[in-house]
Amino acid sequence: MARTMAEKVWEEHVVRRAEGEPDLLYIDLHLVHEVTSPQAFEGLRLAGRSVRRPDLTVATEDHNVPTENVFGPIADKVSRTQIETLRKNASEFGVRLFPMGDIDQGIVHVVGPQMGLTQPGMTIVCGDSHTSTHGAFGALAFGIGTSQVEHVLATQTLPMAPFKTMAVTVEGRLRPGVTAKDIILAVIAEIGTGGGQGYVIEYRGEAIRSLSMEARMTVCNMSIEAGARAGMIAPDETTFDYIKGRPHAPQGADWDAAVAHWEGLRSDEDAEFDHEVVLRAEDISPFVTWGTNPGQGVPLDAAVPSPSDFDDPSARASAEKALAYMDLEPGTPMRDIAVDTVFLGSCTNGRIEDLRAAAEIIRGRKVADGVRMMVVPGSMRVKEQANAEGLGEVFTAAGAEWREAGCSMCLGMNPDQLKPGERSASTSNRNFEGRQGKGGRTHLVSPLVAAATAVRGTLSSPADL
Amino acid sequence: MEKFTVHTGRGAPLRASNVDTDQIIPAVYLKRVSRTGFEDGLFSAWRASDPDFVLNKEEYAGADVLIAGPDFGTGSSREHAVWALQDYGFKAVLSPRFADIFRGNSLKGGLLTVVLPQEVIERLWEMVEADPATEVTVDLVEREVRAPGLAHPFELDDYTRWRLMEGLDDIALTLRETDDISAFEERRAPWLPVTQ
Repeated sequence: MARTMAEKVWEEHVVRRAEGEPDLLYIDLHLVHEVTSPQAFEGLRLAGRSVRRPDLTVATEDHNVPTENVFGPIADKVSRTQIETLRKNASEFGVRLFPMGDIDQGIVHVVGPQMGLTQPGMTIVCGDSHTSTHGAFGALAFGIGTSQVEHVLATQTLPMAPFKTMAVTVEGRLRPGVTAKDIILAVIAEIGTGGGQGYVIEYRGEAIRSLSMEARMTVCNMSIEAGARAGMIAPDETTFDYIKGRPHAPQGADWDAAVAHWEGLRSDEDAEFDHEVVLRAEDISPFVTWGTNPGQGVPLDAAVPSPSDFDDPSARASAEKALAYMDLEPGTPMRDIAVDTVFLGSCTNGRIEDLRAAAEIIRGRKVADGVRMMVVPGSMRVKEQANAEGLGEVFTAAGAEWREAGCSMCLGMNPDQLKPGERSASTSNRNFEGRQGKGGRTHLVSPLVAAATAVRGTLSSPADL
Repeated sequence: MEKFTVHTGRGAPLRASNVDTDQIIPAVYLKRVSRTGFEDGLFSAWRASDPDFVLNKEEYAGADVLIAGPDFGTGSSREHAVWALQDYGFKAVLSPRFADIFRGNSLKGGLLTVVLPQEVIERLWEMVEADPATEVTVDLVEREVRAPGLAHPFELDDYTRWRLMEGLDDIALTLRETDDISAFEERRAPWLPVTQ
């Protein structure tokens, strides 16, 4: 029977199948960070259990870490305790850890791919919803809770409920200045924050195939923002070229065997999806959010909508609440919205290509008066690469802050936060109330829009400069 | 995990859709390494800023069945959201639709999340708003939610229901299958990466 890529990867990982029970799936890679793991390790300790496969587990410090002075102890005592707890757990249970200051430290979803640990056809989990990022390689990757983190540590498996399949096809070619971030924001606005619920999405079509690996990661990263269990893109030459030569990539005969296997993973031509969505790439333009969930977005050329534009009563109520929180008037052109802060970074848009794209716009220009721009690389390797290319200098010369790696202002667990009432243009993934700091207001944007907004001080695209 | 069979309590009406886990518990509370004591973080921004927020109303003090709008628990995978609801005293959450990860987390931890049609949620809202003392029963044995003049079935797969009713630890169940896991490991492709 014809099968989709997600179904193939799933089938290859079934350890045990029994009538009336969820399939028990084997997990090829478990990524761990400081926030969602302490209670899981404590659970193991209390039950006298060990980590079954430390060699399939890797940990990094990302959510909580400061992005300045990373070589000293963390000032915040609670944060420091959490980091120290991870170090103690990693050492006790034999898990490899990339601590603050290490050249391999960074956001967990940037570290996995850059080390070559993320490969097609794998099952990958992490106690973080943006684990969907790794689906860009044709891996089945999903975010899990702390109970499941403990389960994977102890057994290297997870019982998983069945999923449905959705194809999101983006036909045609993107217009200049339109990026992967605009694609995914447009997809989420189209299907809604609950539209992907229960589904594994496969992104297909010419516009997707023409994306680089890093851009594909941006798309898959935000699958969870549409409510999906995971997002995937079929592996192809772009994928293989990206993986080849990375520290954990297969080598020699193993490489050839791996590629032969990976090529068979794509969905069969006559495979049927439970649901299909088609978008035209030419119809997508730079996209920004106006509300407090990632589905509340419009093209930058549009205006703030009115609650009366929504037929569904629950969507209308949600829009009213969002506009009040965001302090926005319906009908205001999106381009007239002024920001205090621009944040460039996160597991969505903190990779080298994102920094290159933004630096290209910023080069020779200045961040607008009264605007703070913070650039936070996704990993220390990304920072090293950016510095080697002179990008760090471009940002600092423009007046931006050039920080160390971490999740930073994406979720405001460290000191990088908005103050109440402040407004940001942010390349991160969530515009929830208070996400970037209590009372802070977030507009999600692409790196290109972030850079142009930093220069003009109002939501802008490079074409406006 | 505590066993769940039948629970009767008062309902708290949360008339909001898309309640994300950042609202249920903001990230600042996630720095803790403990497993309990998250009740202070539950809806902390709304509790601090909105006197009309349902949990700030005296008449809903002690309510332990949360009746929420659609897409409850979207966003971050933080299981702290489940812990905060439980630590605060909630035993069950009713909604027309839950985000997948939140739902999975809740059912692992013994917080019963029940999917009901929007119109049933609306009726329950009206009932508990008209009389906050209204008792709502969540019956896992019969897979039914009941309130005065209302009885509505809900779906939950047999396996999850059995696990919740027995209060079983998932890990212990899986560890019974260690032979299957070991056999699977023998079959894994040699090129698959290791981290060490």
